Amino acid sequence: MSSAKKTAGSVFKNGLIVENPTLRMLLGMCPTLAVSTSAVNAVGMGLSATLVLILSNVVISLLRKMIPEKLRIPGYIVVIATFVTMTDLALHAFFPDIHKALGIFIPLIVVNCIILGRAEAFAGKNPVLLSAVDGLAMGLGFTSGLLILGMVREILGNGTFFGLQVLSASFPQVIVMILPAGAFITLGLTIAAANWIESRRKNA
Amino acid sequence: MAEETRISTAVEMPPNQIDLPIENMRLQSSPYIAAETSIPKVMYNVVIALLPVTLWSFWAFGLRAVGVMASSILFMLAFEYFFARFRHPHQEAWRQTLDGSALVSGVLLGLNLGPTSPWWIMMVGALIAMGLGKHAYGGLGRNPFNPVLVGRVFLLISFPAQMTSWKAASWLNRDADPLLNLDAVTSATPLGALKEGGWSKFLDAFSQTDLWNYILFNKGGCLGDVSLFMLLLGGLYLLGRKIITWQIPLSYVAVVALITGVMHLVDPAHYASPLFHLATGSLMLGAFFMATDMVTSPVSRSGQLVFGAGCGVLTAAIRLWGSFPEGVSFAILIMNGLTPLIDKWTKPALFGAVKMKEAKL
Repeated sequence: MSSAKKTAGSVFKNGLIVENPTLRMLLGMCPTLAVSTSAVNAVGMGLSATLVLILSNVVISLLRKMIPEKLRIPGYIVVIATFVTMTDLALHAFFPDIHKALGIFIPLIVVNCIILGRAEAFAGKNPVLLSAVDGLAMGLGFTSGLLILGMVREILGNGTFFGLQVLSASFPQVIVMILPAGAFITLGLTIAAANWIESRRKNA
Repeated sequence: MAEETRISTAVEMPPNQIDLPIENMRLQSSPYIAAETSIPKVMYNVVIALLPVTLWSFWAFGLRAVGVMASSILFMLAFEYFFARFRHPHQEAWRQTLDGSALVSGVLLGLNLGPTSPWWIMMVGALIAMGLGKHAYGGLGRNPFNPVLVGRVFLLISFPAQMTSWKAASWLNRDADPLLNLDAVTSATPLGALKEGGWSKFLDAFSQTDLWNYILFNKGGCLGDVSLFMLLLGGLYLLGRKIITWQIPLSYVAVVALITGVMHLVDPAHYASPLFHLATGSLMLGAFFMATDMVTSPVSRSGQLVFGAGCGVLTAAIRLWGSFPEGVSFAILIMNGLTPLIDKWTKPALFGAVKMKEAKL
């Protein structure tokens, strides 16, 4: 990543697959484990974070030569917090159900390590367009990781898929999958699968 | 032609490389004296120890119990082979499947389930026990948690309805067909009844029953809870064969007795007597057969005392103040997690080692 010349395509692939924040970098675990109880919550959380990530990456990339080195973290946080507040209010206004389900985890996007991490590692050093692509790719990578967990947990634990009943009511619901323990079990198995695919890709 | 070749090699061989009986001169590190024990030997001894209670549960619960036990063992063996096959060729996976550990897991899981469990309960339990409890960590000897308890707690949390619909042993309702026991009456376990209404209410409800006969020989609940007498028989067999040590069962049982005894003295109307707590639930099954699992309990004798005492505190706390009527599974799993720490704290001194204080003198 550091040696090769960055193109929009390589940055996008990096964010979505190679350095997938959830399954490869294990960043943002707190919202991942907490809100992936259903696919809808996962998508809501993932897209909110994606929006914040793109906007904050763009603004931080624009300001990267103006923010003094020693004050960059407070500077980043101010930018990120602004966009999180906007997202929070917008969700509250337009998607009150999702806003209620996600609860505290929307304001907590401010301290989500993916967003601060991308500001520090990418947007603070790279031009605006690439930073926007990076934000989009990392956000979609986060969303996809959340969505995999959310789908597995919702189908097994509740018998539904995006709220639609897919398993017949007589099929026993695995309640533990909705509980925190189920989040850890699903996350561990998903990461194991990601590692397995990665090792196959390397050996091939 | 062949003879010529042989002669020529004999000549080329250097004179000092004579055939030494190399197998007599093996260099290896200690231990030099090997005990005549092996994994299958230990495991099949545990199976022998579990036989009395297993057969008794067949007698008490009828054919349903046979079905639960058989499917539990079959699923456990099948998943053991399935997951071992991920990492090993067929021969090694097959050897691991038959080394007895999966058989013990199967019997223990069966003993931890109610006689009316549907077939998929055994399948999911064995899948979780073998997949997440054992082979995800690298197989026998590397699992930090008792695989059977991992499977059982997964089932208990996931399917509370199926896991807590207890049937009374058929001895209690002789009118029902004793062999099939199809009309088995739903009944509360003693601990469940205690949780509902406290000690005095429990005594009222069970006043018709010959309590000691009930507890010793035909208690409702899991297969393994049915007869305290048969469990103790198996436990004593394991102690006698030195498969387990006395430290864990004794400290476990003693601490439960101590805590429940103190609380019974404080409020006799609400808290049950310590003898009742020792005799009911899966305490004895847990103390003798689950907490003593060699892989997941401390190595040193003092560590085992700490481990058993910890299990006792947690079990008593869950039973007296928790939301579940029984806490043996949770207590042992939590202490499994603390086992590496206990092992670190209670490392025995090396032979000949001098303590720091004495060394300064």
